[in-house]
Amino acid sequence: MSQIKIVNLQKSFGDFTAVKNSNLTINDKEFFVLLGPSGCGKTTTLRMIAGLELPTSGEIFLGDEEVGMLRASERDIAFVFQLFALYPHMNVRNNLSFPLKMQGYKKNDIKNRVEEAAKLLRIDHILNSNISSLSGGDRQRVALGRALVRRPKAFLMDEPLGTLDAEFRELMCLELKKLHLDIGATTVYVTHDQLEAMSLADRIAVMDGGEILQADEPNIIYNKPKTKFVASFIGSPGMNFFEVNEGISKDQSFINIEGAKFDIPKQLEESKGSKNFFGIRPENLTLNNNEGLKGSVFGVEYLGSRKIITVKTILGEIKVKTDISVDVKLNENVQVKPSNNNIIIFDGETDKSLNSDFIK
Amino acid sequence: MDTSRSYLEPSSFSKKMAAAIIIVYAVITLIPISWMVMTSFKNVDSAISYPPEVLFEPSLEGYVNLFTNRSRQSQEYLDSLPPPENWYEELVRSREMVITGPSKFLGRYSNSMIIGFGSTFASVFLGALAAYAFSRFRVPLKDDLLFFILSTRMFPPIAVAVPIFIMYRKLGLGDTHLGMIILYTVVNLSLAVWLLKGFMDEIPKEYEEAAMIDGYSRLQAFFKVVLPQAMTGIAATAIFCMIFSWNEYAFAVLLTQFNAQTAPPFIPTIIGEGGLDWPAIGAGTTLFLLPVMIFTIILRKHLLRGITFGAVRK
Repeated sequence: MSQIKIVNLQKSFGDFTAVKNSNLTINDKEFFVLLGPSGCGKTTTLRMIAGLELPTSGEIFLGDEEVGMLRASERDIAFVFQLFALYPHMNVRNNLSFPLKMQGYKKNDIKNRVEEAAKLLRIDHILNSNISSLSGGDRQRVALGRALVRRPKAFLMDEPLGTLDAEFRELMCLELKKLHLDIGATTVYVTHDQLEAMSLADRIAVMDGGEILQADEPNIIYNKPKTKFVASFIGSPGMNFFEVNEGISKDQSFINIEGAKFDIPKQLEESKGSKNFFGIRPENLTLNNNEGLKGSVFGVEYLGSRKIITVKTILGEIKVKTDISVDVKLNENVQVKPSNNNIIIFDGETDKSLNSDFIK
Repeated sequence: MDTSRSYLEPSSFSKKMAAAIIIVYAVITLIPISWMVMTSFKNVDSAISYPPEVLFEPSLEGYVNLFTNRSRQSQEYLDSLPPPENWYEELVRSREMVITGPSKFLGRYSNSMIIGFGSTFASVFLGALAAYAFSRFRVPLKDDLLFFILSTRMFPPIAVAVPIFIMYRKLGLGDTHLGMIILYTVVNLSLAVWLLKGFMDEIPKEYEEAAMIDGYSRLQAFFKVVLPQAMTGIAATAIFCMIFSWNEYAFAVLLTQFNAQTAPPFIPTIIGEGGLDWPAIGAGTTLFLLPVMIFTIILRKHLLRGITFGAVRK
């Protein structure tokens, strides 16, 4: 098991730059998730770590070794593909022993290791089945098994749950997490599903447009996003934003929006321009009848234990996550009040969050 | 209204019509072949009798004549010989002839085998490698190269017979197995590349990538993972290549005489006494059909199998 470090990594396809000057350190035994919308460069980054793409520039360290230009076969990593890529002309046992055969293990050792991995993944009863007869979940387990038997330095997974049914997905998510706790292998996991990322990751890197915007623990990514994109991409629904048509100065602790005055955490830096954004998560807003922004209820969504209420205000639609007991009717007049401590101001020019007492 | 079947399913009437058309087609195609097989089992007289005999007494004379050289002898000489040792000597003697030795047929037949299978293997092997490269790598001028490869089939191969004849004489390839294998491979290769490229394009590249991550080189991944999955395409291509090189007549007549002559130019030269020996020709042609037939039947199961058997979810 090893640390993975990428330094100034860049990848271009012709004129298109898929990954821009990225730096990351993935710690030993960490479950690290690369998260972002499709086309953000997360898969390209993963494929460069695997050796399936060669970087245009930059370095990749696997442990202490620089592997950027090595062939995939020389890197000692395992890769789980989105479409599994199980060899259809071999049965499960042969699929699992395929990587071991290349490494010249004795027949007995191969058998033992395959059976050990199969037991761990609970696929020992289907070792002699054909790939085509397996269910999606079992294929996923076999694909993991093929990665596992080699005991590689790191596991790389490219949306491995992407093709599974919702039901299986949740189950496999749990299994993956448990598996990671059991074997403690460095894992880099690519997904566009923020819920998957949140539930699996020790740390998450959010990518967009080929850039790594923020790499941190899930709760920090969620609560203290560094950019407006991260704030809107993470969370369901995403953060509410309102335009603020004034500059933010240092030590400012309130803000005027459309005549209403809001207290905000004390700002520690000033904004670059005069157009900024005020961001707050739906669960940090409350509904009441006497203070805050006036509006009318536009929609109500039930999420079982919570409700999401959309309120139409002069600032646009605001999503409020409330307790299920809050009872409002469509078109009812309400007022929305933000909790003062969790407001983040995003600089309109850089899209970055401004440092404040809340987010440093 | 009958609702027991879906509208997408053909009606029983159209199914019957389809079956009838196929049967008629099969009979029409099979008549010449069955006539040829029948002729091979006739004796020399009934083969040319008029009106043609549909029911006849089967004889192996054609096959005996195909495999032997014979000479006509006087009755006195035949009487002076010891009694025939086996059934085919007896058969030949009843025609007032003796066997003087084996004919050239077996040699020509094995030439056909060597050249047919040799060039098929070479075409498919080289074609698969080229198709893989065209399918996976960024080859400069890829489309032009593919067109250029195909353009070798835009004229009948025999159009270049004269230059090839001269080249082969200079190179010492005339009337050699190697020369014929190379020639047929060159003709088949463009077909093989084009057919196989289509099949290779269908195989997701994740398979090789998985194999390369599992520690295999690209070439090893190609042989262990890509080729087995391209079996459908390889089988189809092999059959086409085999049929072409097995049946090829014009170049074989032109370029081979003794050493590497194949069966197609040889069979029509089987001349009997006072006319063509039709049963022997029938026998030669029947035997000539068998290898391609067996080859196709063996490969048929690969043709019918799906390409990826659903191991990749799309």
